[in-house]
Amino acid sequence: MSEPLSFQRMILKLHDYWSERGCVILQPYDMRMGAGTFHPATTLKALGPDPWNAAFVQPCRRPTDGRYGENPNRLQHYYQYQVILKPSPPDLQELYLGSLAAIGIDFTKHDIRFVEDDWESPTLGAWGLGWEVWCDGMEVTQFTYFQQMGGFDCKPVAGELTYGLERLAMYIQNKDSVYDLAFNDAGVSYGDVFLENEKQMSKWNFEIADTDALFDLFRKAVAECENCLKADLPIPAYEQAIEASHVFNLLNARGVISVAERQAYIGRVRDLAKGSCEAWMAKNGWAA
Amino acid sequence: MTEDFLLELRCEEIPARMQEKARADLAALFEARLKALNLPFTGVESFATPRRLALIVRGVAETTAAMTEERKGPRADAPAPAIEGFLRSTGLSREQLVTRDDGKGGQVLFAVIERPGIVAGSVLASAITNVIHAFPWAKSMRWGAASQSTESLRWVRPLQGIIALLGDKLVPVEVAGIRSGVQTVGHRFHHPGVITIGSANDYAEKLRACHVIVDGAERRAIIAVGAKLAAQKAGLGLIEDDGLLFENAGLTEWPVPLLGRFDSDFLSVPAEVIQLTARVNQKYFVCRDGAGKLANAFVCVANIDAVDGGEKIVQGNQKVLAARLSDARFFYETDLKTKLDDLRPKLEKIVFHEKLGTVADKVDRVAKLARWLVEEGIVGSSPERGGGPSQSDGGGGVPQATPPADSPLHRPSDGPPPRAGEDREKLAALAERAARLAKADLVTGMVGEFPELQGLMGGYYAAAQGEPAEVAEAIRDHYKPVGQGDAVPTAPVTVAVSLADKLDTIGAFFAIDERPTGSKDPFALRRAAIGVIQLITANTLRFSLEGSFAFAFINLLERHIANLEGFERSGVAKHPQWKSPFGDGENADDAFFRLLQDFFADRLKVQQREAGVRHDLIDAVFALGGEDDLVRLLARVHALQAFVTTEDGKNLLAGYKRAANILKKEGFDGTDTDVGGNIYEAEPAEAALKEALDAAEPRAEAAIEAEDFEAAMAALATLRAPIDAFFDDVTVNDSDPDKRISRLGQLARMRDAVHKVADFSKIEG
Repeated sequence: MSEPLSFQRMILKLHDYWSERGCVILQPYDMRMGAGTFHPATTLKALGPDPWNAAFVQPCRRPTDGRYGENPNRLQHYYQYQVILKPSPPDLQELYLGSLAAIGIDFTKHDIRFVEDDWESPTLGAWGLGWEVWCDGMEVTQFTYFQQMGGFDCKPVAGELTYGLERLAMYIQNKDSVYDLAFNDAGVSYGDVFLENEKQMSKWNFEIADTDALFDLFRKAVAECENCLKADLPIPAYEQAIEASHVFNLLNARGVISVAERQAYIGRVRDLAKGSCEAWMAKNGWAA
Repeated sequence: MTEDFLLELRCEEIPARMQEKARADLAALFEARLKALNLPFTGVESFATPRRLALIVRGVAETTAAMTEERKGPRADAPAPAIEGFLRSTGLSREQLVTRDDGKGGQVLFAVIERPGIVAGSVLASAITNVIHAFPWAKSMRWGAASQSTESLRWVRPLQGIIALLGDKLVPVEVAGIRSGVQTVGHRFHHPGVITIGSANDYAEKLRACHVIVDGAERRAIIAVGAKLAAQKAGLGLIEDDGLLFENAGLTEWPVPLLGRFDSDFLSVPAEVIQLTARVNQKYFVCRDGAGKLANAFVCVANIDAVDGGEKIVQGNQKVLAARLSDARFFYETDLKTKLDDLRPKLEKIVFHEKLGTVADKVDRVAKLARWLVEEGIVGSSPERGGGPSQSDGGGGVPQATPPADSPLHRPSDGPPPRAGEDREKLAALAERAARLAKADLVTGMVGEFPELQGLMGGYYAAAQGEPAEVAEAIRDHYKPVGQGDAVPTAPVTVAVSLADKLDTIGAFFAIDERPTGSKDPFALRRAAIGVIQLITANTLRFSLEGSFAFAFINLLERHIANLEGFERSGVAKHPQWKSPFGDGENADDAFFRLLQDFFADRLKVQQREAGVRHDLIDAVFALGGEDDLVRLLARVHALQAFVTTEDGKNLLAGYKRAANILKKEGFDGTDTDVGGNIYEAEPAEAALKEALDAAEPRAEAAIEAEDFEAAMAALATLRAPIDAFFDDVTVNDSDPDKRISRLGQLARMRDAVHKVADFSKIEG
């Protein structure tokens, strides 16, 4: 491999690669969410019979993973590269390996493994079977065949690839700290872009966020979701489910949700997500 | 001529943990199918790699056996429609039917149908289809365009290809749109293209040439040897781990063990944590140095012979492990900053069970119970205590001291055993202290990350904050023993906490009517009961289970009475002891305690059976009933086991059976009647038996009182000769009713004497 790819060039390569293979290249969804799977282009589009191939970067926010910029591997805000192919093509593994080659991974020197990892999202009422893909012992991708979404069987099944972009970049650039990554090819590091953000957001997530206001936001998101469902508007309803999920994560980071309450909150969010999926199916006239 | 048949089912990566079972299932299903279809063969072999299941059936016959089927039809002179119907159902013409005598002077028509053998190929094709559709994957999935329907084929991961070769001929079959062929793929990176297989006989070798070792046992051997060698080259010893061997063999088609290193600074983290991180998260083996201590090295198993000798792979793995270990060290160092006492409030927020309160409530109950067990002299009363956990011998044995393991916690809590009240109070205080801290590590960062380190981390943290060694040791080991073969604690403080924890769990769940039923035991109460039994037997703890459960319930009731809806139903509320644990429980409605006692009796039976004790002997002792002291109960079982194999034992048993049979046949339910005496003159053998009984009974009773069951059996053994002589010389069923009643009474007396030791009627042979 010649000069290792910068963070942004790696993303561009993946865009090119999946674009050439017929994917719609989307831009990130403009809402706070914990994983690329929450993007409606994954969740809602995984339902129903229509073919759908898309790839996009999605910023993910996991408030409890914040480490005030002090841990070289953990961030409360990071990027996932998400690919969804429906129905799952017969050569999905080969397509995926092709994308790794495209960003400079040499299979004669590295050890790529598909290690069992079944995926389940209690908040989305979704599950699938697949692997975490290891490169020299490091998990670089989550590879999943969706079986259910929002409690509904996927007909047909979609294949989902979720690349951990920072990890892959640290690997490709051989860096020990995420903040040392070359973001572009002109000397800007990942730390230059995000270190201060991590410090401030960690403080806000853990210490400052007004919990009364957050509880209020949660209640309002729930109410608005129900309001949208009454009006037969599954897409805005689903947005409120995303909102409620993230507000719950913030409350969790603030440590104000007891163990006993936790399950009840997760159940609440799941009901919103399932309700939205159900309405989406109905609106499209798809049978369960 | 017979041929070998090859089947390969190729799919995307099969989870490592499923491969061995899948391999066995494939062989078993296919074999059963061929037998059902009557196709002869000589043997079956099967293989699994991450990307394929393979099967070789040796010596397959060319066809199924030819068969002649005969069907009886109507009489030859039956009306035409009946005969026509028979012809239609058999597909034969009238001329092809055979006419035979029916033995009663009539003629009957028979159809004799020759069924030639079916060629092996089509039988195999049908077996393939059948086995694929019936395959018992624990978890399976749908995929691809076909999954538009939920009825599409399910497989563990997408099925990619089928090879089916009989000899060198393709067996054509199509399953879920996949047509059988003669091609497969080699190693994903060493040989990306397709390869053509000629027959079962070149399958393994062709794949080997393409960097795939088909046989899992061979891959395991390569890993075992290679990993050991890699460690040796670095002057280290490999810590062997069979689970890792299977897992790595299930993740590789071409395993290449490689040694890596981590920064020795990480060795400040407890060795168990490092080992667990390496094993669970990364599937690495770890190594020990010449002194037996954990070394800063690991062995990972790559699935490729890298062109740079694995340099990059080792680098990458080292980096991943370093990140994992710095996370672990972060948790460890952060946890050390908080005193275990200060974590206890957090336990108030963790629900143990909705009807049983929080973990803090449980801790409180366990602390009181642990103290009580010491104060009552149940734990810590015998002089030979001290030291670390001993290996269980399955119950009933003498605890063996094991040398302290390499751990700062393994300072044995030695010193003179407590005898005076002052010492007892000291021990009780330590037990209560340990119990109060025992669950605090559940809310530490490390146990949050690795739940399997519960107890162990608490032990480290307690030692670090200056708790007495006995307390730290008790916190560390109080979950033990977890299952047969696990070390059983013997240090008194540990025993008190461990026993209290388990008794509380069992009692509390019984109190809310959450008993194990059938295969369901969601709260692992059976395991807890086995733990209690092992603690009792390994430490010879003498106490009544009922008394300790009574105490456990008061504990429970003090705090949770409002929540315990099950109490009324379960009957414990009616038990007078719950008002006063030390009160007189004689008038208790003890149905509830019977449930607990039966539960323990069942576990004890299972445990003793597994330890090789004859089940009929266990039954013979259990049939006596009312025994609440497990140590005494087992002493009885073991003495009986030794006795029944002796000559005396066998003869006594024979005599007993003869006596019991006569008593049963005569329907005699009386007891001892005065023998001879004024009524009639006893015969010599009769008098001798009476004399022997007179002598043996008090001796046996005294021995039982002293819990010397061997002596009790020896006393009974003296009855052997007199009983034999009695049967030889005396007619029991004498025409004189007085003699008859008296002699039956003698036999009943003998039976009852024997029953004081065990119910001999349950003993076989």
